[in-house]
Amino acid sequence: MELRVAISKKFSAFDLNVDFTVSQDKVGIFGPSGSGKSTLVNLIAGLQRPDSGIIQLDGETLYDARTSIAPEHRRIGLIFQHPHLFPHLSVKNNLLYGQKRCASDNRKVDFDSLIEVLQIHHLLDRGVNKLSGGEKQRVAIGRAVLSNPRLLLMDEPLSALDDSLRFQIIKHLKDVSETFHIPYLFISHSLMEMRLMADTVLVFENGTMTEQTSCEQLARNRMGQSPVGYINILNLANPRQVDGMVAYPWGDSELLVSACNEQPGTSFELSSKDIILFKKHPEAISARNLLKCKIIDIFTSGNRVGVELSSGENRLIAEVVHQAADDLGIASGSEIYAAIKASAFRRMG
Amino acid sequence: MPEFTSAEYAAIFLSLKVSIVATLLSLPFGFVLAYMMTYRQFRGKVALDVIVNLPLTLPPVVIGYILLILLGQKGFIGQHLLQPLGIKLIFTWKAAVIATAVVGFPLLVRSIRIGMETIDQGLIQASRTLGAGWFDSMMTIILPLSLRGIIAGSALMFARGLGEFGATIIVAGNMPGVTQTIPLAIYEYASSPSGDSMAMALCVVSVVISVAVLLFHEFLTRRMIKVD
Repeated sequence: MELRVAISKKFSAFDLNVDFTVSQDKVGIFGPSGSGKSTLVNLIAGLQRPDSGIIQLDGETLYDARTSIAPEHRRIGLIFQHPHLFPHLSVKNNLLYGQKRCASDNRKVDFDSLIEVLQIHHLLDRGVNKLSGGEKQRVAIGRAVLSNPRLLLMDEPLSALDDSLRFQIIKHLKDVSETFHIPYLFISHSLMEMRLMADTVLVFENGTMTEQTSCEQLARNRMGQSPVGYINILNLANPRQVDGMVAYPWGDSELLVSACNEQPGTSFELSSKDIILFKKHPEAISARNLLKCKIIDIFTSGNRVGVELSSGENRLIAEVVHQAADDLGIASGSEIYAAIKASAFRRMG
Repeated sequence: MPEFTSAEYAAIFLSLKVSIVATLLSLPFGFVLAYMMTYRQFRGKVALDVIVNLPLTLPPVVIGYILLILLGQKGFIGQHLLQPLGIKLIFTWKAAVIATAVVGFPLLVRSIRIGMETIDQGLIQASRTLGAGWFDSMMTIILPLSLRGIIAGSALMFARGLGEFGATIIVAGNMPGVTQTIPLAIYEYASSPSGDSMAMALCVVSVVISVAVLLFHEFLTRRMIKVD
């Protein structure tokens, strides 16, 4: 996919001025509410018209001074914060609404494989008002995908869902995009969602794009200002029961996690603030995890120092204040001990 | 209760016919106008809104008189459009239909508009991004979702049509068997010394029809809520 957007539009509250080109398939648009993200979505989809500029998708001009293609001809799918299912149609007819209106040459998404990926087979004959929040959003995703878009715009599709559903829907969003090869723009104000959904991120503030970066870089940059620090995402598997806790192999050693879980593979969040660093091996500590790690990178974010640790193939980021960094004599390549409480891990989803 | 003669039956039948035809005839126009007022921005929108709603506040007799001037043999429309086509409206049941339509139209448009205004804008946007053009979206999303407003508006307009008197008597006259509707017949009986019982009987018929319309409207609305 190649999307070029260089547009401006004046509003009473703010002016939107953006100029970017993206060629990646998983693009995030990140920014606080009111930064113009949703307006940008509407402009790209054709639901609103810019004052001036150009929008091109895969070489085709969707908007410029002379052209303005109607939304129904842009072949850009939209998944909203709310599902917006048609209340007078069954689940099946909602799903087919876009497919029926798609030229047969462009029909690539197979109905049966889509409902398989989204696991909505049992919902087809129901009315949409009898679905739960997560079911509704799955149907909305299916409906947008079945219209065979060249590009999917996902405008905060998770923000109306609770935490456990959020991770399920993330999986469905990624699955359909990968199975049917549809690139997407994922819009969110949540850094965690960004990191799970996007490869590259456009950061928005007050109607303009301030930077284009990777999710990892964005998370490191924000560590110093964020009250939760940098969130390490750990994908752990092959658990073993130990004294009412669960031990997962990690790097050269094991991680003890107190969050109870029977699933074989799980993702956990661990804040950089929950890792304590020791210069030498302490004699005895209450934290159940003491890992011997190697420092592979050091970065500054705000008044904090981020320390990237490695153990085998695995990486962790811890944060300390500058003075602590000096006391510990932190330097790339040196060895250090990281202590983590078993209760510091938070299961995702 | 007195026996109805053919003249009374004709009045009842004519009242129903005029109201039904006027309502059906107004529906497509009412829908399009409500759509434009709800979803489109154009010059003269306020002026159009005032004109459409004017019959609500004007005395029906005034409307009847304006229609008479416009549609009569020397009127602008009558002389230049109806006469060359060989159409005569004034003092026929068709004039009663037009009078009823003009008087009831604002009620119809209002109800449909209220129905349309409750439709989530996101549904319309979703349909557009799914490949539906504005007309497609209007027919497949807006029309079915404003059905309740359309039914309410039709019932209201039909009921208002049954009671139409002032405009009708001026453009259609009060000819038994030709243009005499229930209210006109009641007026005639009430002004004759021996017509009280007949006037009362026709009043009862009016009440029965009105109650039937309201019940029918209620039934349809409840059915739609169940479907939801």
